[in-house]
Amino acid sequence: MKEIALYALDIAQNSITARARHLDIALEEGPEAITLTIADDGTGMSPELLARVSDPFTTTRTTRKMGLGIPLLRLAAEQTGGHVSIESTLGVGTTVTAVFCPGHIDCPPVGDMAGTVTLLVQGAPELELTYTHRRGDRLSRLDTGELRAVLGPEVSLAEPEVVLWLRDYLQEQEALLEE
Amino acid sequence: MKSLAELQAIRDKMRRQIDLRDSGDDRIRVVVGMATCGIAAGARPVLNAFLEEVAKRQLNNVTVSQTGCIGVCRLEPIVEVYVPGQEKVTYVKMTPDKVASIVSEHLVNGRVVEEYTIGAAE
Repeated sequence: MKEIALYALDIAQNSITARARHLDIALEEGPEAITLTIADDGTGMSPELLARVSDPFTTTRTTRKMGLGIPLLRLAAEQTGGHVSIESTLGVGTTVTAVFCPGHIDCPPVGDMAGTVTLLVQGAPELELTYTHRRGDRLSRLDTGELRAVLGPEVSLAEPEVVLWLRDYLQEQEALLEE
Repeated sequence: MKSLAELQAIRDKMRRQIDLRDSGDDRIRVVVGMATCGIAAGARPVLNAFLEEVAKRQLNNVTVSQTGCIGVCRLEPIVEVYVPGQEKVTYVKMTPDKVASIVSEHLVNGRVVEEYTIGAAE
């Protein structure tokens, strides 16, 4: 995958599959490390599954015997000199942390986090999602609870017009990090 | 800058439209594969393009949603279109520029864009 944002999208889909109600995505960009943290309150994993989860021949789906999300993330982080750690407790949830070293030539760009967060909200509009992206002392953030408070119960966060508003809103927030 | 006031305006507009909506059974569904394979192949801009076209044309009878791996990873990004009463149509190797013609031809005018389907690719 070409962007850290695409890994974030892929790993966060696991949380949705694990029936998470809350999902917290944090991206911290410092000079020495880019840290991506995805924390959910989904079903969580047993110690046995957790031990096997970075093996591409491990998956929970039933259609075939392979799953590449976590192995690809681990490869991408480790080849920059970073690492991936996963904490998980059955019935409590899972936190995936990936650290990339931005100085390494193999480090992918952060990419379109606005697009990633927008599509997560579109795909799972009932999810309580928070997103924070910090670069130096600048911050971009989103809390779907605040948006839901404005929209009320009848209008879904998945409505195309709402989704497009959200994408533009996040793009503006992200652009402020660049200045 | 985008503001929450704009979101409020969208909400008010949506509320007025909700009563005009087609009921569940005659809605067209567009489903985009968003598993690891789809994401790596470029499904994110394809899904975005569908959302843009559907909003632009105010297609209130179309639902755009996401699914996991559809099972033919080498043909990703894959998009399935379900029109009530018709057989499912599977579009493969999708790109954002293919989206406008699928929306206007298939979703609006009811003509399948054969050249982009899995039948044409295989």
